[in-house]
Amino acid sequence: MIKTLLTRFEQGNKTSAYPVKPITLVEDYRGRPEINWNSTPELMHLCAESCPQDAIDEQKRCVDLGRCVFCGTCERVGEGRFINFTNDFELGVSARQQLLLDDELNQLSINSSQKIKKLFGRSLQLRQVSAGGCNACEADTNVLSTPFFDLARFGIDFVASPRHADGLLVTGPITVNMKTALLKTYEAIPDPKIVIASGACSISGGPFFGSNQLADPIETLLPVDLFIPGCPPHPLTTLHALLRFLGKI
Amino acid sequence: MVSTSLTIKNGACIQRASIPNLSFEQFFENLKDLCSKDGKIVQYFGYEEHGQGKLLAVVRTDNLFVFECDAPDEYPSLTGQDAKFNLFEREIAEQYGIIPRDHPWLKSVRFHENYCGKPDVFGQNYQEDIPGNYPYYSILGEEIHEVGVGPVHAGIIEPGHFRFSCTGEKVLHLEIQLGYQHRGVEQLLVQTPPKRWPIIVEGIAGDTTIANSICFSRSIEALSGLQADGEVQLVRCLALELERLCNHIGDLGALSGDVAFLPPASYFGRMRGEFLNMLLLLSGNRFGKGLIRPGRILSGNRKEKLRTIQTKCAGLKKEIQHVSQLLFNAASVLSRFEETGVVSNQCADELGLVGVAGRASGLNYDVRASFPTDYYLKHKIDPQVQLSGDVYARAKVRLDEIIQSMEMIAAMELKESNGEEISGETLDLQPSSFVVTLSEGWRGELAHAILTDETGKLLRYKIKDPSFHNWNGLAQALRGEEISDFPLCNKSFNLSYCGFDL
Repeated sequence: MIKTLLTRFEQGNKTSAYPVKPITLVEDYRGRPEINWNSTPELMHLCAESCPQDAIDEQKRCVDLGRCVFCGTCERVGEGRFINFTNDFELGVSARQQLLLDDELNQLSINSSQKIKKLFGRSLQLRQVSAGGCNACEADTNVLSTPFFDLARFGIDFVASPRHADGLLVTGPITVNMKTALLKTYEAIPDPKIVIASGACSISGGPFFGSNQLADPIETLLPVDLFIPGCPPHPLTTLHALLRFLGKI
Repeated sequence: MVSTSLTIKNGACIQRASIPNLSFEQFFENLKDLCSKDGKIVQYFGYEEHGQGKLLAVVRTDNLFVFECDAPDEYPSLTGQDAKFNLFEREIAEQYGIIPRDHPWLKSVRFHENYCGKPDVFGQNYQEDIPGNYPYYSILGEEIHEVGVGPVHAGIIEPGHFRFSCTGEKVLHLEIQLGYQHRGVEQLLVQTPPKRWPIIVEGIAGDTTIANSICFSRSIEALSGLQADGEVQLVRCLALELERLCNHIGDLGALSGDVAFLPPASYFGRMRGEFLNMLLLLSGNRFGKGLIRPGRILSGNRKEKLRTIQTKCAGLKKEIQHVSQLLFNAASVLSRFEETGVVSNQCADELGLVGVAGRASGLNYDVRASFPTDYYLKHKIDPQVQLSGDVYARAKVRLDEIIQSMEMIAAMELKESNGEEISGETLDLQPSSFVVTLSEGWRGELAHAILTDETGKLLRYKIKDPSFHNWNGLAQALRGEEISDFPLCNKSFNLSYCGFDL
């Protein structure tokens, strides 16, 4: 018992002060990309060709952040002149369209209805379903319950039963073998409910796009209220997106 | 006289023509013979070239041996005599429709159609919902009840189905059925352009990103004649050991949580975050995605980053010691850990367990010691072995490896450098070649095997995650245990569902 208390004192309080105090991530962290649409067509072509996710559309002059896995290839190949990743981790959006970054001045924003804020603003219970991902999104979602992020202090929690949940958090590219389990879990959640797509896989198939072992894209199966890009999304990206969605920040 | 097998090195490229092409009687004799004398399977898979099916095996004793044969349509299964062949034979049946006659447990592995349009060995209709529609081993009797868990589990973890046959609290048999995360990685790799390969490989299993990308990079280097210099090798080792640290610390925290000892569960959980942040510092991603590529490391200021990481590790050392003492000295924890989920040395050997689970049951095998490459050649690792094979042993092996990895990182040194020459994003691979790379991922022996065709394109990319060997170990560990100890045993193995499912 004494040892437990002593260790407790040694550990102290490690909970982050975010969002009250801002956090800056390390410089090398690849967050929101800044895109220079005044680049030469040759440079844009080079970056588009090198993108493993085919996320850069030179014709439409658009970068799809939902396909992006933030690998940094375009930044490296283009020496940062066309695309340059900042360390801004605030990436969540409420409409898929907003992840298509083009040369209009677009902001990544989350607009959720007053109804949702009123219903879930003080208590949001989420059921997470791993629809075939690599487990990185799952790991970085799990970490939100640990003391540094401490999700529960915001009234957000992950629950074991879909019956107790207000919403579904989907990770993974929705494999053929997980489609039924995902849909059944969604049906088991009582109305009103929300759906969150977390990670490049759930938004666009991620690294596995084009595989014949993937089922239909999530938007054809479920109505998605919040998209969180990343591979995996940094826990702060998820935290920011959830808090914004609930109107807490 | 045809030599019955070729000795090969971990990560060395060879001409496919030099692989002994045996008759299938000789092939099976060879396999049986080697495995009965302490040999263990590293790779055993089918592939097809110009319409001809082939079987290829890589077996390890003190060396690595490779041999192959033309695939028959069916053959007498070896599983009945040697349990190590179980999943390998089923996987070959599933992927290439080759029937292992009299296989005692012929069931699907990942639930997908075979690659060559042959009739499905299991007689399944893939238009239907397959997983769950599976012949679970049933025990008859009035007192028996079956408990099914998954694929959607209580916590935030990967999907899989566990079917327990119990009498009261006692588990008589556990059947583990996976395949829910099958994304078709092996097929994707041979069908997609090279620019996608590193991203796909890093996505096989997020918590094994570094080990998988190391195996991939070393394979491509071997096939293209590229050399990774000393600095690249050191940073790869640093990343691999950081990955090991993240996961072992996370596991100790999870084990603490499962015995309801919440202080160390919280502290270890938070400390895992510190190590993930070190990978973030090194690579810009908490799992190390985007760091390791053939011939190079995509990270600047390495000397400074190494120093920062070493300082942070030194600072965490005391905390880790105190928290682990708290955990391992608590009588209530020991009474849950000790003699729970025992896998005997004999059982582990018969199943061919690898990694932490194998070492915890007395099997003295660690790829870093047995088939060292790169940084491990000059910096030897001593496998950490325990003998009791219980949850305690698997936790203790993790703790010993945490200390070992931290010492290794503390001793690393880097000179100032300008990084590697970028010679172009894609490389030409040698035609008609073969390479197998082994790496000690944090779960155990990971192996990638690549075959190229006569034009230098990928013919076959075979990935074997350590979990492929170890899931059966978990099933055995549960026999005779209370079902309430399942989460504890499961976390003491902590195997990969997605690494298995591919």
